[in-house]
Amino acid sequence: MYTSSDLRKGLKIEIDGDPYIITNFEFSKPGKGQALYRCRLKNMVSGNAFDKTYRSSEKFKKAPLDERKMQFLYNQGEDYHFMDTKSFEQYIISRDQLDDVTNFMVDNMEVDVLLFHDNPIGVTLPNFVNLTVTKSDPWVKGDTSGTDTKPVTVETGFELQVPPFVVEGDKIQIDTRTGTYITRVKE
Amino acid sequence: MNVHRLQQRAAIIQAARFFFGARGYLEVETPIRLPALIPEANILPLSSASWFLQTSPELCMKRLLAVGVPRLFQICKCFRDHERGRRHLPEFTMLEWYCLDGTYLDLMTETQALLQALAEKFKDEVGFDGEVVRLLLELDWQRLTVHDAFARHAPISVDQALADDCFDEILVEYVEPKLGIERPCFLYAYPVSLGSLAKTSRQYPELAERFELYIHGVELANGFSELTDPAEQRRRFVKETELGRNKGVSFGVLPEKFLKDLVKIEAACGIALGMDRLVMLLTGAKDIDEVVSFTPEDL
Repeated sequence: MYTSSDLRKGLKIEIDGDPYIITNFEFSKPGKGQALYRCRLKNMVSGNAFDKTYRSSEKFKKAPLDERKMQFLYNQGEDYHFMDTKSFEQYIISRDQLDDVTNFMVDNMEVDVLLFHDNPIGVTLPNFVNLTVTKSDPWVKGDTSGTDTKPVTVETGFELQVPPFVVEGDKIQIDTRTGTYITRVKE
Repeated sequence: MNVHRLQQRAAIIQAARFFFGARGYLEVETPIRLPALIPEANILPLSSASWFLQTSPELCMKRLLAVGVPRLFQICKCFRDHERGRRHLPEFTMLEWYCLDGTYLDLMTETQALLQALAEKFKDEVGFDGEVVRLLLELDWQRLTVHDAFARHAPISVDQALADDCFDEILVEYVEPKLGIERPCFLYAYPVSLGSLAKTSRQYPELAERFELYIHGVELANGFSELTDPAEQRRRFVKETELGRNKGVSFGVLPEKFLKDLVKIEAACGIALGMDRLVMLLTGAKDIDEVVSFTPEDL
């Protein structure tokens, strides 16, 4: 249990059966008035946010969240299958919940899965992943368009800008937080 | 911690001392550890052995008025448990001053004089907030009643907010951010229920002669014509003690010696100004952590 004075940015609490994270926090206390804890709360499942002001006497349930290492096995249509690397238990997460994560996830990749009451609600990728370039237009020497990058597509279907020397079949490192090219990887 | 800010802080405090000295105010030091506090339901005290750390120096300073010090000021530490935020520290520095015979209207004038003297002194110095200095040097500071401020800025009236028990929420959400933007603003004439030690207006018995000074939406100082009727003061203390008890807060016994001395004061006024916030304001600091040597988290 938390009380109002524990509230701060980043704290995760459970409200009406959903996990929420405090994304904005301000302590206020008008002169001679009572302490007010002004929060912006984001639903960690739906992403919806709302503002709420609490008084000092309120109590909050800690959101029962658990992060576990899992291996991405495969996807079948909209369903993505993962396996807990310790218990070997399997979990299915829908594409909707994964969002941008699918841009960088390939079979057998190890990821962190966030569980709420044992239900997976989110996946965190490693900051850097290595993916194979599957489609790349040859770079024309003497191209005067002025750009020093060109677009390529990687094995997940994600498209990004890379330096002109990258060719089809190369493995490249990508920053999953920004979706940008880092370097070419030799294997 | 920021050494330049500490230098600015020292200069501001020194200039404030000079201001009061030149006006005939006696600087005093009163005990910060007390056996009995002012019971205020919304202020949580910290205990120290079987006594308490002061939540404000008000009791002792008014007792000095009672024994014949006509004008006095103090810059001291105050302690309020569980107050921590961008503008709050559980241990902070207060500037308080009191004088015999004046009213809260005189205090507004004097507060303006103090802040303008500081603005004038630091207006050309590097590291002071030019916009705030200009705002402080505005000649015509606003005086706005709580009633009018709610009518102007809030979705409901002050009476409705009090009836719905959401005065603080509405004030913080809708009213405060609009105050002291174009020029400093004295918000005044608070409902009596929100001024435990303030004198009731003779003309409007439902209002207290209390004000708060707002600059850029930030509350900087709280002043009032002092309530000097010991019987009425005792009734209010008993009521606040009761409210505190319902929340599980104890303030110790009633400050009987203060109530006894209060008989000797005919009329007085006093004000508390948050020194850390004043330094924040003048130096443009966004967080109180920037203007103190160490925060509780640093220790």
